[in-house]
Amino acid sequence: MTLEAYADTIVPGERRTPDDRAIAGVSVGGGAVASGAVELLELPGSGLGEMLEGFMAMLNGHAEEYAAEQSLTLDESVPAFVALPFPDRTALVVRLTAQDHPEKGVWIGLAMFSNMAFDSAAHMPTLDALAAGHPGLLTIGYLKPEPDGVWRFPRFSYGRALSQLHPHTTATGSPA
Amino acid sequence: MTSTEQTDVLVIGSGFGGAIAAYHLAAGGAKVVVLERGPWLTADEFDQDFEIGKSFTRIFDFTLGEGMSLLSGNCVGGGSVVYFATMPRAPKFVFERQGSIGRRMWPASVTRESLDPWYDRVSEALPVTMTSWDEVPYAGGLWAAACNHAGRTANPVPSAVDVSMCTNCNWMMAGCKFDAKRSLLLNYLPGAISHGAEIRPLHEVQYLSRNDDGGYRVHYSTVDEVDYRVHHTSGTIDAKIVILAAGAGATPVILQRSEETLGAMPHAVGRYFSGNGERLNTAVMNEDRVRDVLGLSRENGLAYAANQIGRGPVVATWDHLDANLPEYERFSLEQLYFPPGLGTILAQVPDAEGPSWFGVEKKELMRQWPSWLTIFTMSEDDNEGVFGPPPPTGNANRISQQMLGQGALTYRPTKNTRRGWDLSDAEVREILEKDGLSRVMPWTNDVVGAYTVHPLSSCRIGDDPETSALDERHELRNHPGIFVTDGSAVPGALTVNPALTIAALAERAMPGIVRAARERGVAVTYVGSLPGADAGQATRTPSLDLV
Repeated sequence: MTLEAYADTIVPGERRTPDDRAIAGVSVGGGAVASGAVELLELPGSGLGEMLEGFMAMLNGHAEEYAAEQSLTLDESVPAFVALPFPDRTALVVRLTAQDHPEKGVWIGLAMFSNMAFDSAAHMPTLDALAAGHPGLLTIGYLKPEPDGVWRFPRFSYGRALSQLHPHTTATGSPA
Repeated sequence: MTSTEQTDVLVIGSGFGGAIAAYHLAAGGAKVVVLERGPWLTADEFDQDFEIGKSFTRIFDFTLGEGMSLLSGNCVGGGSVVYFATMPRAPKFVFERQGSIGRRMWPASVTRESLDPWYDRVSEALPVTMTSWDEVPYAGGLWAAACNHAGRTANPVPSAVDVSMCTNCNWMMAGCKFDAKRSLLLNYLPGAISHGAEIRPLHEVQYLSRNDDGGYRVHYSTVDEVDYRVHHTSGTIDAKIVILAAGAGATPVILQRSEETLGAMPHAVGRYFSGNGERLNTAVMNEDRVRDVLGLSRENGLAYAANQIGRGPVVATWDHLDANLPEYERFSLEQLYFPPGLGTILAQVPDAEGPSWFGVEKKELMRQWPSWLTIFTMSEDDNEGVFGPPPPTGNANRISQQMLGQGALTYRPTKNTRRGWDLSDAEVREILEKDGLSRVMPWTNDVVGAYTVHPLSSCRIGDDPETSALDERHELRNHPGIFVTDGSAVPGALTVNPALTIAALAERAMPGIVRAARERGVAVTYVGSLPGADAGQATRTPSLDLV
């Protein structure tokens, strides 16, 4: 649940159910969680799977410290980071990914994979993701391939000169 | 460990520097072995697929550093397999640059004029051709039209793509499954093989030691084909000469790790790294303004909305490549495609009220992805990168099975570098925000530092032993018989895409390296041929007297 809440802070989505706690529900359409961020992070290929539990414990520790500092009372029935309101989740992630934070690498890494799940569905074959209506690929408007599963764009050019060339262009087409 | 093998020439890396060396030395009669740490894939194995573990993650590395992250090739063919094949020559003023050392940084013998015949040879071998306007994809056309509207010029850039075979699929970073991109897999490498060179993929060189006969012993380990963090066996090969061409992010690391066995390295090994002054801006185009202001339209009533269509950088503006401008104020601006998976995380939201690179507003920005236009700055940085102590193996502590690792590079951009970036950011904004065409923001440096796809200069040639690790013949100072021919040998930022210059410098180095090999007892001659277009038949003879 903590990992979902982190991914949802990076690319927010809409709640799966009305009582969804991990997803804050601040954006229309699927975000990182619906796009497969947790599945991607848990794949052997990410290299992070075995460390995720530890990272989430660290994150909840930071959330408790943050809440104490901000005088927030957290619902103890869910992990501390999940209990934070979305603006506070965001403020904490800003802090953890800041240039001078000693754990910056961890939190940037998790953010990169969360984003990658959303914009490229890296946990599954791209054709399958498109066929299944992957929310991230749909959101960015990624165009589908031809029927054989290969991308080709036979129409690709405005087909005319659109600027003057640099006056010192050489015969090889390079700058002088 | 197995017994030590013997070869005449051991080449480390199979990108431009390694492939060109392997070809000429093998063509001249030397026994050549090439060790490449990445896998060996061919066209039918290049996937149009973002799934982790497919060619998209198998064939390049994204190495995080402190203040700078690097994208580089990790496969047979090196950068040529993942690059966008944009191949301009470096402008004349580049070779006169002084940079951070306050005097000319290039060897006196290297100028644009002296390099032009070598540029010609590479351009013939790949081949490199001009791009015509009717072959320019929408994104390049849009950039050209915007430049023109703002009173600037714009050029379709020379390219090593055979556009008659190209489908404009924009999957170039995963390898070209149509072989439209003229990578080294289609010319120098098959040429080398046809002359007997042996290429061994998934062999990662760790360090070198010196033998009593003045030759070198190269120590490698073999890498698992799926999980590059796993090494299986180790081995050694003895060679009379060694060509290091592992790339600017790895060559100095191998040499640093070899200090224990080879002795002290020249001061410049692992210093003076350049990110080619690179910088990215993302514009979100206003489709209505593109139609109304620039008069552009395409099929189905669209004006642009073609971010996904095309083939990497195709149009550049060279208005600021002006020798009369002071150093650090010269740069080119090139339209560029970055695929999802790497190309969205660093884009920032204009006028964001919350965080600009993630969160609610960033997601809204990503809804407009088809209308993004990415502009790539290549400027003059200050060679401020320095490599720290090498990691236990390879050039990075690998985080993921493939692609992602933490390296030891530290890059703290100087005021000079930042000035160039600021000037180029302002120019991009002036062109693309004119008359409401778009909103523009540079990619953030706060997440993974600056970002280069063209690492250079970590082991550079020069005349001054204090500031160059190699002499002008690319030989490592105080370590005769070791040569470096990759991007690390390039003395500084080039203000344009560097592949053709790296390749031309490698071609230029070859007669001298052949001579050095001969002096070390290798029966080799400099033939001066080029690999044929029919996959490696070295049939042509040089048209110039280059020896």
